Amino acid sequence: MRLSRRTRLASVALVAAASLTLTACGGDSGDDSSSSDQVITVDGSEPQNPLVPSSTNETGGGNVIDELYAGLVAYKADGSTVNEVADSIESEDNKTWTVKLKDWEFSDGSKVTADSFVKAWSYGAFIDNAQLNAYFYYPIAGTNDEGNSETPELSGLKVVDDKTFTITLKQAEADFPARLGYSAFFPLPDAAFGSDGKVTKEFGENPITNGPYKMDGEGAWEHDTQIRLVPNENYDGERKPENGGLTFKFYTDLDAAYTDVQAGNLDVLKSVPDSALTTFESDENVQAISEPGSVFQSFTIPQSMPGFGSDEEGKLRRQAISLAINREEITDKIFNGTRTPAKDFSSPLMPGFNEKIEGSEILSFDPAKAKQLWAQADEIKKFSGKFQIGYNGDGGHQAWVDAVSNQLKNNLGIQASGKSYPTFDELRKDVTDRTIRIAFRTGWQPDYPSIYNYLAPVYGTGAGSNDGDYSNKQFDDLINQAAGAQDEDERYKLYSDAQAVLMQDLPAIPTWYTNIAAAAAKGVNNVEFNWQNLPEYHKLTK
Amino acid sequence: MWWYVGKRLLQTIPVILGATFIIYALVFLRPGDPIAGLFGEKPVNEGVKAQIEAQYNLDKPFLVQWLLFLKGAVTGDFGNSYTGRPVMELVQQAFPVTITLALMALAIEMVLGIVAGTIAGLRRGGLFDSTMLVTSLVVIAVPIFVFGFVLQLIFGVKLGWVSPTVGGDWSVSKLILPAFVLGLVSFAYVLRLTRTSVAENLSTDHVRTARAKGLSERQVVKNHVLRNSLIPVVTFLGVDLGALMAGAVVTESIFNIPGVGNLAYNAIKRGENPTVVSVVTIMVLVYVLASLLVDLLYAWLDPRIRYA
Amino acid sequence: MPEIATRPGQQRFVAPLDETPLQDVDSVDLSAAPESQWKEAWKRMRKSPLFWISGTLLLVVAIVVAFPGLFTNADPSYENLSDSLAPAREGHPLGFTQQGGDVWARTLYGARASVAVGVFATLFVTIVGVITGAMAGFFGGWVDSVISRLSDIFFSIPLLLAAIVVISIINNVWPERQFWGSVFVVVGALALFAWPQITRQMRGAVLTVKNLEFVDAATAIGASRWKNLVRHIVPNAMAPVIVTATITLGVFIVAEATLSFLGLGLPRSSVVSWGNDIAAAQVLVRSGQHLEVMFVPATALAITVLAFILLGDAVREAFDPKARKK
Repeated sequence: MRLSRRTRLASVALVAAASLTLTACGGDSGDDSSSSDQVITVDGSEPQNPLVPSSTNETGGGNVIDELYAGLVAYKADGSTVNEVADSIESEDNKTWTVKLKDWEFSDGSKVTADSFVKAWSYGAFIDNAQLNAYFYYPIAGTNDEGNSETPELSGLKVVDDKTFTITLKQAEADFPARLGYSAFFPLPDAAFGSDGKVTKEFGENPITNGPYKMDGEGAWEHDTQIRLVPNENYDGERKPENGGLTFKFYTDLDAAYTDVQAGNLDVLKSVPDSALTTFESDENVQAISEPGSVFQSFTIPQSMPGFGSDEEGKLRRQAISLAINREEITDKIFNGTRTPAKDFSSPLMPGFNEKIEGSEILSFDPAKAKQLWAQADEIKKFSGKFQIGYNGDGGHQAWVDAVSNQLKNNLGIQASGKSYPTFDELRKDVTDRTIRIAFRTGWQPDYPSIYNYLAPVYGTGAGSNDGDYSNKQFDDLINQAAGAQDEDERYKLYSDAQAVLMQDLPAIPTWYTNIAAAAAKGVNNVEFNWQNLPEYHKLTK
Repeated sequence: MWWYVGKRLLQTIPVILGATFIIYALVFLRPGDPIAGLFGEKPVNEGVKAQIEAQYNLDKPFLVQWLLFLKGAVTGDFGNSYTGRPVMELVQQAFPVTITLALMALAIEMVLGIVAGTIAGLRRGGLFDSTMLVTSLVVIAVPIFVFGFVLQLIFGVKLGWVSPTVGGDWSVSKLILPAFVLGLVSFAYVLRLTRTSVAENLSTDHVRTARAKGLSERQVVKNHVLRNSLIPVVTFLGVDLGALMAGAVVTESIFNIPGVGNLAYNAIKRGENPTVVSVVTIMVLVYVLASLLVDLLYAWLDPRIRYA
Repeated sequence: MPEIATRPGQQRFVAPLDETPLQDVDSVDLSAAPESQWKEAWKRMRKSPLFWISGTLLLVVAIVVAFPGLFTNADPSYENLSDSLAPAREGHPLGFTQQGGDVWARTLYGARASVAVGVFATLFVTIVGVITGAMAGFFGGWVDSVISRLSDIFFSIPLLLAAIVVISIINNVWPERQFWGSVFVVVGALALFAWPQITRQMRGAVLTVKNLEFVDAATAIGASRWKNLVRHIVPNAMAPVIVTATITLGVFIVAEATLSFLGLGLPRSSVVSWGNDIAAAQVLVRSGQHLEVMFVPATALAITVLAFILLGDAVREAFDPKARKK
């Protein structure tokens, strides 16, 4: 098996130390002509919602919002958190947190106060406002499982004084502050709210913000074309812009965006199209960036699927399926090395990542053992039928689903195939209604840099994104212990133990991590990617 | 004549009713849950969902939804998209670029197709005719997205003659390459139709008469062959304008053109009834107007056809 | 009875002597039954080299469609990633696809589904289009109005967009389909919104033909309206329709590729088709590598379309004596 540099798993230390790997041909970083007033154009897509943090849950608007606003904490490129607007976030019991704020201003000069946060979050959680990001408030007392509160005031939040407020959680969570850099936890100025208490339409079009950038005046959002951001001179935080502004240019097709990078019309493209995967690293017209990323890919086998229940038979079959997949071969032949075979249920970019979790050899390729386990399961009960993997046809998944199906066919001697759902929402409907009786594609992009975020919401009993209805008391206990553990090493150890349980049960079959495969135009400097698989926008220069 | 035009315009009403009804029914019957889709892979509260559904009338029976849409449409209110923006605004923004693109494609395929088709028809079996046969075959057999990619790569990236993508600040010159790509398949149709018609008309009685009158070959072709040969071609072109606008989905995404094709395709993917239906309604209007134009052209091309 | 008066633009014309040689007319065999138009057409067609070329090509296509196994021993549905994009080797003359399938075998076996989609969708739109178009053009009045409005309705709904929704709906109510089920779902989705093109074409042609003098002549000797329509007008108005239909056949086969590209075409797991393979190979074309993986099914598609286009020309010329070369 060919193992190129980029397919090798980088260790955590290595990622933390140097997360930028430019290929030889594109590495002319010593360009003296770069200056700090150049506007950088980056790819984006038309935001589907107003530019209000609590109402934006898709990347088109989310990427812009992350540059416009600043939260209590900020994430560094390696996923570690530093206080941003917060001066301190402290708790005695990991349950009630006291937040003290620094002196901070919005771009219009108004003060960022405790109220700016409390009002924004309460607004986001209140059920009548139907905000798409409400889910993120679920740890806070006063919300239900979906993060909604029945009252306009969120009972878990208390303003102490102008620069102090407290957050009460439903249960202790030691790394709760790590959540607070996510966009749902950004503040809103008073100017955002209209007389009816709702965020106004005008604000959503042209918000007043407290982050590294601000909108380039009225009409900076040219719908379906681009959004222009300029540095916010009132910002004095961790992400000080080194360029003269950012323009998010909207593309509906990545191929078109890649073509623009080649032609020098676009400075940075955060993910190259499938069609360029084989060539972008040797493309003389671009700088190529390829390194491990944080998106975890898998397919979930629902517990209700015949033959794949939580009994012995189901466990054997799940293990057989996992062993029958040659992940190296697929990442190499189908993705040209832009995916990295999975070693766990999180991502190598996460603090505490462990590539030698007990039982993780189940993720290696062993067709002989796979066949044997499948035969064992057949002795318990004969398997009749077909193994299908559902995917949304509009997302470019067909190639790998076909490859996995072929391997299952060839290595286990069973019938296997993909099942295409034309659109994402059709797949989601079958999944959320629990009418799906086949395996289906699942992926997880972390909301904040913690292994906990990959595990608890996805595999915890009754958790919000536990689409396969997996339930294991031992796993739940371990993950709860981890949440409350003060000591970092102890917490990481508990994460590994919890994942060891998953390696046994395989509620989902881990496949690979999506690498960062990006391209920058010639002459663009400081192209550095972070744990969110995004460029550190504020550092780009040319 | 004006009576006829008025009558035809009145006829657009049942067409728009029928087309919106069908598309409404189709999108309604489509499986999938657009509101759950809005929330991505995160769970959504039932109360929140019901609230959003009520906002877009998704909780009402399909006939009521359709009637509510019609009621709004009459007053020029096409409702809001799930992104909260008025559909009318989206359509107004997307429409000019697509209609420009489609008209340019139409002009390109018309000029190239009729010229090449006439020459091929006059010299059937000749070298030019055979070359054109092969050309049209290649155009048909290779999917349009492949042509788009290849031409974009050659002219946009390698040679740098044209801008490889169009983007929001579109201009006619940027649209030339996309229009050419969009018009390619129809070019094959126009070419073959013209060729056949010309060949057929060459041996008709009136051409023989014209020749017998002693007209030059040039005049015969121009006045007697071409004019009559254009009837099926014009029919095709009139129908094709609508098809080009609808078929622009692929071309629009290759060249990053923010037009109606993309708008409608994305709206279908999200189950956004208001946007889908509004776009289709406007496409119907364009289509019907183009058909009317074609019928009026018939009368001009062939004086034997009369409208009353 | 319709009036037979000379209309503006109609000139009576007497053929020159050499075109109606007297000796032919002098020896009329009164006892012989008049030959049907079809029989005459067949006679003419047999003499056309076009017919024989296209016929041979179609025969080859037909054999491949019926017995793909005659030309290869490889299993088209067996794919092994370790063969991904591997070069040709014994038993696999054209190398492998990205998924590791045999390109040659997949192209041979893919003919069946692709030709079926093209032929059935074309048949459907042609039959529906000719009947509706002829009626609209010939009868005019309310018949024309109803048919024209219906065709407007269906044609104004964008084909690709409608097909996406229709296939979604069918997938939901009929998830488990075998080969022919899948083929006919795609045929239906494509044809349902494509027939008006032929309708309009036919209507336009009929409008022209029905004013020609031979129709008046037929009416004068007492032909009924129906007989006029079926025997005289439709055959003479078919030329542009046949041209469009033969091209449409190719367009349908390629449209299946576009649907496959969107994940809505024939399911790759149970059906091998050119469209699927072309769609799967587009990623390779984009990066400029392994062009042959697309080239082979695309060439097969081009040859098949060529055969149908040539046959269309031959048939048209046989039915339409005007188009014959002097």
